[in-house]
Amino acid sequence: MRNPQLNANGELQHLLSIEGLPREVLVQILDTAESFAGVTEREVKKVPLLRGKSVFNLFFEPSTRTRTTFEIAAKRLSADVINLNIAVSSQSKGESLLDTVANLSAMHADIFVVRHSASGAPFLIARHVKPHEHVVNAGDGRHAHPTQGLLDLFTIRHYKKDFTRLTVAIVGDVLHSRVARSLIHGLTTLGAPEVRVIGPQTLIPAGVEALGVKVFHDMRAGLKDCDVVVMLRLQSERMGGALLPSAQEYFKNYGLTADKLAQARSDAIVMHPGPMNRGVEIDSSVADGPHSVILPQVTFGIAVRMAVMSIVAGN
Amino acid sequence: MPNHSRLHIKNGRVIDPASGRDSVGDVYVSDGKISESFSKPEKTIDAKGLVVAPGFIDIAARLREPGLEYKATLESEMSAAVAGGVTSLACPPDTDPPLDEPGLVDMLRRRAKALTRARVYPIGALTLKLEGRALTEMAQLAEAGCVAFSQGNAPLADNQVLWRALQYAATFGFPVWLRAEDAALARGGVAHDGEIATRLGLAGIPAFAETIALASLLELVRATRARVHVCRLSTAGAVELVKSAKREGLPVTCDVSIHHVHLSDMDLGYFDSNCRLEPPLRSQRDRDALSRGLAEGVIDCLCSDHTPVDDDGKHKPFAEAEPGATGLELLLPLALKWGESRKLPLAQTLARITSDPARVLGLSSGRLAPGAPGDVTVFDPAAALRVTPETLKSQGKNTPFIGHELAGRVRYTIVAGQVVHEG
Repeated sequence: MRNPQLNANGELQHLLSIEGLPREVLVQILDTAESFAGVTEREVKKVPLLRGKSVFNLFFEPSTRTRTTFEIAAKRLSADVINLNIAVSSQSKGESLLDTVANLSAMHADIFVVRHSASGAPFLIARHVKPHEHVVNAGDGRHAHPTQGLLDLFTIRHYKKDFTRLTVAIVGDVLHSRVARSLIHGLTTLGAPEVRVIGPQTLIPAGVEALGVKVFHDMRAGLKDCDVVVMLRLQSERMGGALLPSAQEYFKNYGLTADKLAQARSDAIVMHPGPMNRGVEIDSSVADGPHSVILPQVTFGIAVRMAVMSIVAGN
Repeated sequence: MPNHSRLHIKNGRVIDPASGRDSVGDVYVSDGKISESFSKPEKTIDAKGLVVAPGFIDIAARLREPGLEYKATLESEMSAAVAGGVTSLACPPDTDPPLDEPGLVDMLRRRAKALTRARVYPIGALTLKLEGRALTEMAQLAEAGCVAFSQGNAPLADNQVLWRALQYAATFGFPVWLRAEDAALARGGVAHDGEIATRLGLAGIPAFAETIALASLLELVRATRARVHVCRLSTAGAVELVKSAKREGLPVTCDVSIHHVHLSDMDLGYFDSNCRLEPPLRSQRDRDALSRGLAEGVIDCLCSDHTPVDDDGKHKPFAEAEPGATGLELLLPLALKWGESRKLPLAQTLARITSDPARVLGLSSGRLAPGAPGDVTVFDPAAALRVTPETLKSQGKNTPFIGHELAGRVRYTIVAGQVVHEG
């Protein structure tokens, strides 16, 4: 079965998932993002790579941050950007996902940036778009959030240079996290020798070891000698049911505090995909502390999304 | 079914699993029944190079009537049945409305009979509206023609309802056909809880959702002695539980679908919604245990679990897609493929879709003994069948096997001595 995101030449046609992408493609994206990182520092923050192209932001699930960074990235590439908040329009009128896409396609889209609550939705769309149209997954269910994964990889490479010596810990709600899945695939592809996931059994999905990670339930043990600590957002709706008793108890066991972070290497970096729940998964002193690279992640996210869109549009 | 013809099927490889016959020879049908040899037939079929077997019996085929005619009609699905060599089928009660009152069952049987194709054996709803709370009028439904009672894929409210339902059914000797799935453990799940679901970010249904429910069910069979048929096993653990229940002598039978003996969660690939099935496709280890269990006879029969779903139902993200696949026309080729993979004699393979389901249903068909119903399927085991939307007669065109080329083509389907399909 051919990877549906690559064209016959093995080039990136759509970005649907980091899983299955060759190392060279990941490196190409990161290198391209590196070259765009300069653009965002300039006074005139535009390059004409996507001039005349239309980027449709199709958000079937609400998002502010990701949608905004895609919009900024597309505009810096000189594309026209159309934002569609589908969650409150056609879907509520009963239109099917593929009908919505077909209609927008008739308006001459070049790139669809898709967020959807159902895992795999961007794959379905990619199977039905025209050959010149590209789909970029901006998060599908629990499955993947490849541009977030790539910006995490970009951040790690920026601070740590070499993946092949790193111990990385991903902490929290791995079960529901598309961010964790994408980052795990990226790290294993780029040769990180040890990727750990840390959380209570209720938040660690079945058979996750098969993705190439080690599972820890004790956070201190899991953080020992880590170079990178990635905290996951814990959504409040997970509380009070059978997954977790309370935010307080969660913070006590799995919230990142300076004390727990001391288990990691002294030059460890702390990341978070945002938005953060201070006092739930991360203590403010860590979020704002010297190890934190959480804000640079956001900045890098724009360059990474520029890279992804320019690469798929060029293939 | 009206019938006056005298049919002679000659020179075929006659396989009758019930009697163990597997030899080149002739089969005669007169007055709608298998008969001893006679001269001057009204019609002769030359079956040289073909296999002549009892007509296939599919114990799970959804015809979608009443109420779901946009997915399929009795006409389309009965054509699919005979095209697949299926001469008898049992249909689950999960229509709209469900088969929970005698009038509906009666109407379905009349409509089916008028089409003079396959014989239809309705499974009545065990509870009103399949809501899992109040029992249906089982005795009256049985009078109307229901051969067993089931919930389809719908859960029962709790084990007390299950207990009472089994007690009541046992009182009258009615068989109860149930899926084994703990509804709470399966809640929200769409794929086997394991590595693949984790990779794809799909909510999982753990294997123990099946084994826990099955263990409870078997305990209640022990208490009530109700005759229970467990539908669509999907886990290795369930095969073991049924094996020991049978050894103990509990009145239990079970089946597996053509999908679950061939496919595993690996086949979900990149969210192939054709693999969205109930129960979910499980691990390769489970698949192998099911395949072996069917060969050993722990699992009594193989069924198509035919569920026509239209494109609107399938062209959706995996979790939102409607579960089910078309299967009536794939029963033979996938049975043959299974038998070949286990290196079984053809008679043993065919037993799982003829004499064994006949035994489960309590039918006199499924065999070629004189006096048995004149239901015969003549097929070419080597001829290729290409599975495409165009070649499928069923209105349901969605199956994980779409695009595949499978061996095994039905040439003649004969019901009560009438040739109802020629391919």
